[in-house]
Amino acid sequence: MIAYVLRRIVQSVLVMLVVALVSFSLFRFVGDPVATMMGQEASQADREALRDRLGLNDPVIVQFAGYIARAASGDFGISYRLQQPVMELILSRLPATLELALISGTLAFVFGVGLGVYTALNRRGWLSGTIMTVSLVGVSLPTFLIGVLLIWVFAVELQWLPSFGRGETVDVGPWRTGLLTPSGRASIVLPAITLGLYQMTLIMRLVRAEMLEVLRTDYIKFARARGLSDRAVNFGHALKNTLVPVITITGLQLGSIIAFAIITETVFQWPGVGALFINSVQFVDIPVMAAYLMLIALIFVVINLVVDLLYYAVDPRLRLDRAAARH
Amino acid sequence: MTEPLLSVRDLRVEFPNRRGTLTALDGISFDIAPGEVLGMVGESGAGKSLTGAAIIGLLEPPGRIAGGEIRLKGQRIDTLSPEQMRRIRGKRIGMVFQDPLTSLNPLYTVAQQLVETIRTHMPLSEVDARKRAIALLDRVGIPAAARRIDDYPHHFSGGMRQRVVIALALCAEPELVIADEPTTALDVSVQAQIIDLIKEICAERGAAVMLITHDMGVIAETADRVAVLYAGRLAEIGPVRDVILDAAHPYTRGLMGSIPTLTQESDRLVQIPGAMPRLSSIPTGCAFNPRCPEAFDRCRTERPVPLDRPGGRQVACWLAAKESAHG
Repeated sequence: MIAYVLRRIVQSVLVMLVVALVSFSLFRFVGDPVATMMGQEASQADREALRDRLGLNDPVIVQFAGYIARAASGDFGISYRLQQPVMELILSRLPATLELALISGTLAFVFGVGLGVYTALNRRGWLSGTIMTVSLVGVSLPTFLIGVLLIWVFAVELQWLPSFGRGETVDVGPWRTGLLTPSGRASIVLPAITLGLYQMTLIMRLVRAEMLEVLRTDYIKFARARGLSDRAVNFGHALKNTLVPVITITGLQLGSIIAFAIITETVFQWPGVGALFINSVQFVDIPVMAAYLMLIALIFVVINLVVDLLYYAVDPRLRLDRAAARH
Repeated sequence: MTEPLLSVRDLRVEFPNRRGTLTALDGISFDIAPGEVLGMVGESGAGKSLTGAAIIGLLEPPGRIAGGEIRLKGQRIDTLSPEQMRRIRGKRIGMVFQDPLTSLNPLYTVAQQLVETIRTHMPLSEVDARKRAIALLDRVGIPAAARRIDDYPHHFSGGMRQRVVIALALCAEPELVIADEPTTALDVSVQAQIIDLIKEICAERGAAVMLITHDMGVIAETADRVAVLYAGRLAEIGPVRDVILDAAHPYTRGLMGSIPTLTQESDRLVQIPGAMPRLSSIPTGCAFNPRCPEAFDRCRTERPVPLDRPGGRQVACWLAAKESAHG
């Protein structure tokens, strides 16, 4: 078990190093930072002096090592555009994105698994047919269109929910949350649905397919032949066996929810890291872009690690430390 | 004669599909006495397993019982509600499936699966159910049962898993055990052990066995009576010794001829020419007539009715009817 975790952690570190290399090369290949910082009026000598002071004349490998060392301690430099430390900027925006991602991820998981199980068990029912047809919409419509449609229906026509922003927020320690105020909770509904709809339909279709597969297996037949109740068979025996692939997909989807919240955040003017990233792209604010890249990679790597450990908890066959088949 | 434990009369199973209705079982009638072992033989697709599934109420939709009746100790069970039928499964009729490698849920320990089944049918506490489970495992020949009970199915070999499956099928003291090819997936070396175990343990508890197999050798050694199925119809039924030594139906004679013997010098085994008809194209008259070496006109036009013969035998064959009329 410990060896397994260690191996996975070493792999994760390797992945992060590769991402760091990509993010580092952003600085070198997307424009000249010295030109950006000094403008056109500066003399050649001043430029050289600055170049030297910033360490840009050092060998690339030394610069890269320095970059990693600073990144590891949370120092990603200063935003060109906002003249604030990048880490501070991201941390101040992160709670908004994480709250949005967690709420929509939870919605997607709960409704995805619930509807998936329902449609698998009532395969021939008309309601299942309807759900499956509607779910096609969730899979095929692009996120921004869903967002705009939701705004049109619920914010413009019905005027039930706000169309943009986070509503009132409250600071709990360093965490700025919108979940504790009524306007904050109302504000998160539409973006959360927009962001989670695709994931929900994906999870639902996956659960349905896996469940249909598992319901055909011998051990489910045998469980029925032993007279176990439908509830025990469907939820105890069948659902648990569908969970391994569902956990994988859900985990990875949580990563993409955070990473691709960009579009939803733009549509709803949600003050999260995604919106920060979009603005940084417009201004070629490379330190922010590089840090965002690292952050998203870190989130994916951590989620993958957690997913692998969850497998371990769900499926006893993966616990290799016990003797395999003892005869 | 004592009241039969299980009585099947004119059982008819149909599979409706787009092009019409396939009749998979047609006019199957037989009894099983308490404590008796009835062998059920036939080629693949003859309807052996389907008969078992129909009795225990686990026909896969769209398959359905379209006619006839099934009685367990006089009580009609084919018309029970799903919930009432569930209470009979496992409790009064146990079932052992073909493949022990896939019959057990891989995510639960043997103890969890046994205790769950025992507590579904018996008012026992967790602790008592566990004690009972250990005793059962011990009885079916799992060494160190008290320790092995907390292992997962993948920790056991195929033969051991089939022992666990037998323990599961017998854990609520059923009156009838349907064993659907219980040794087909096992090594030849353990087949005999498993068959002996089923026979022994059922005799000990007074449970009757319906042994579905295509292995005439197993039937000869184990069963009291044997039923021969062909294309969803009963060809012949009677005491094992009589049927094997003096088969009345040409199909049964063909089956017997295809068993290799040690004493007989022969280069080729006797083979029945042709193949069993598909369910969608069963010929008129006797289903076996195109392959039967002794078929005559009546066999091609009129379906043979089961005919009682002395010694508790029944044969559905016009030739046998003619012979007994003349003799």
